[in-house]
Amino acid sequence: MSELILTRNFHLPGSHTLALYRETGGYAGLEKAFAMKPAEITEEVKKSNLRGLGGAGFPTGVKWGFLPKGHPGPIYLVINADEGEPGTFKDRYLLERDPHALIEGMIISAYAIGAHLGFVYIRGEYVGPWRIFRRAVEEAYQAGFLGKNILGSGFDLDIIIHRGAGAYICGEETGLISSLEGKKGWPKLKPPFPAIRGAFGAPTIVNNVETICHVPHIVRRGAAWFAGLGTKTQGGTRMYSVSGHVARPGVYELPVSVTLRSLIDEHAGGLPNRRRLKAVVPGGSSAAILTAGEIDVTMDVDGLKNAGTMAGSAGVIVMDETVSIPDALMVVARFYAHESCGQCTPCRESTGWIYKMTRRIIEGKGRKEDLDTILDVARRGAGTTICAFFDGAVGPYISYIEKFRAEFEALIPK
Amino acid sequence: MSALGAVSVQFTREQLAEVRRLQALYPDKRAALLPVLHLAQEAFGHISLEAEEYAAGLFDLSPAHVHEVVTFYSLFFREPRGRHVISVCHNLTCHLLGAQRVLTHLKKRLGVDVGGTTPDGGVTLLSVECLCACEMAPMMQVNDRYEGNLTPEKVDRILAELR
Repeated sequence: MSELILTRNFHLPGSHTLALYRETGGYAGLEKAFAMKPAEITEEVKKSNLRGLGGAGFPTGVKWGFLPKGHPGPIYLVINADEGEPGTFKDRYLLERDPHALIEGMIISAYAIGAHLGFVYIRGEYVGPWRIFRRAVEEAYQAGFLGKNILGSGFDLDIIIHRGAGAYICGEETGLISSLEGKKGWPKLKPPFPAIRGAFGAPTIVNNVETICHVPHIVRRGAAWFAGLGTKTQGGTRMYSVSGHVARPGVYELPVSVTLRSLIDEHAGGLPNRRRLKAVVPGGSSAAILTAGEIDVTMDVDGLKNAGTMAGSAGVIVMDETVSIPDALMVVARFYAHESCGQCTPCRESTGWIYKMTRRIIEGKGRKEDLDTILDVARRGAGTTICAFFDGAVGPYISYIEKFRAEFEALIPK
Repeated sequence: MSALGAVSVQFTREQLAEVRRLQALYPDKRAALLPVLHLAQEAFGHISLEAEEYAAGLFDLSPAHVHEVVTFYSLFFREPRGRHVISVCHNLTCHLLGAQRVLTHLKKRLGVDVGGTTPDGGVTLLSVECLCACEMAPMMQVNDRYEGNLTPEKVDRILAELR
């Protein structure tokens, strides 16, 4: 069993309380952090090979390094707790079971980037997690971990918790910023990247919950330790959300070098009812699907990229031999059609039409040319839109059809 | 709140104080719009066109700006809803593990279709995208709570507790 870092306290009653967090060494990274120069912390995070765990997998320290040097105005830290990628539920566990880890991570990260105001954007449906996190923030204020002159360091940080209102696109960092600003969650054209011009026009760093929860451990135990847990290009462990046809669905924290086969068979207990594996979505619904023969891959960002898919949010959806892939694609296509924000024509139109076509295929009313039309529309639209939402939809459209084409063709009348 | 939904769209003094607090909290007053709309929905049950105009006045925005925000998000209700809202997840993992069975069972028990509210105003039934609790699939949200590993029997127990 490998060492648990982020989830080590999850089994303890009261793991969400300040008392238990401190008893188990929580907030101990702060003093060490305040004794370092902010730039040293960013350097340490760079060397740790921590990569963004919300979906894009971008190196966290490099992102921080994009901030303008010596910026005279405010800089903001925004935490993306708008968990919404189908198949993912790890951030919910962190908010509910270890909210102080996020607060400590935010204090250190804000200190590193020079932010004195942090926002936590929590999806609106997460009412329970929001209440728990809100209570933890109150506790942290009372104990002097938030507010003015934290632990006598001279560093100030306030946290505002912002609730979303139901929109997947607000998990996209610029859509999130629009929503935080009180607007509909339309993504913004990049550049300028948020690090240059983000929330309220100020330089802004947007990081995922799990990413920031790693930061106190990196500061406390060093970049080399963290980097050594993973692969050459990605440090640490991450939390895999495993669901679908497995004996033990749940969150599994493992080094990123774990293979998909081991994650399914050893950790999640394999498939129930002696059924055989058919396919796996390895990184949330936007990741290209893998067949049963393609699961000997490591679950790090580059391992899955080399396998033609992506690590994404590490939401692993397991499908056994009874699953109809066309039916699964219809469900996924419905999601993208519903969640497209409507700003860019290729995405708005394609997601809607592709959903209609997948639906008519499973209703037995498909036309011979439908599959090639879907592939064509998907390929032409990729890379033409403001944000990565449509590129994410293209992952399943193309891979489900290319890898299981015969199954789709069998449903289309000759 | 009356059964006819005739609620005066006006915050109490305490609620107005909360609006002012929220508006002063953010670097830009407009950022408080989502929290204030949550507050409005809590106070008025749903966000009517009248409520949109009222909120617009509190922010010096045009009602059209508030309308485009309200209509963008799935958690803002523009029509009266039931005292309880049940949202069944129909995304991939829940679909694989029987979301349709859960939904069919609920439709039958409640006698409403998706989007409908029982005649007594008790329950509104919705079918929604991923709620990110796939480890307990099939699952649904009942008001603020997540309920998972659903079977028809468990759904019946949950309904009985709501009444």
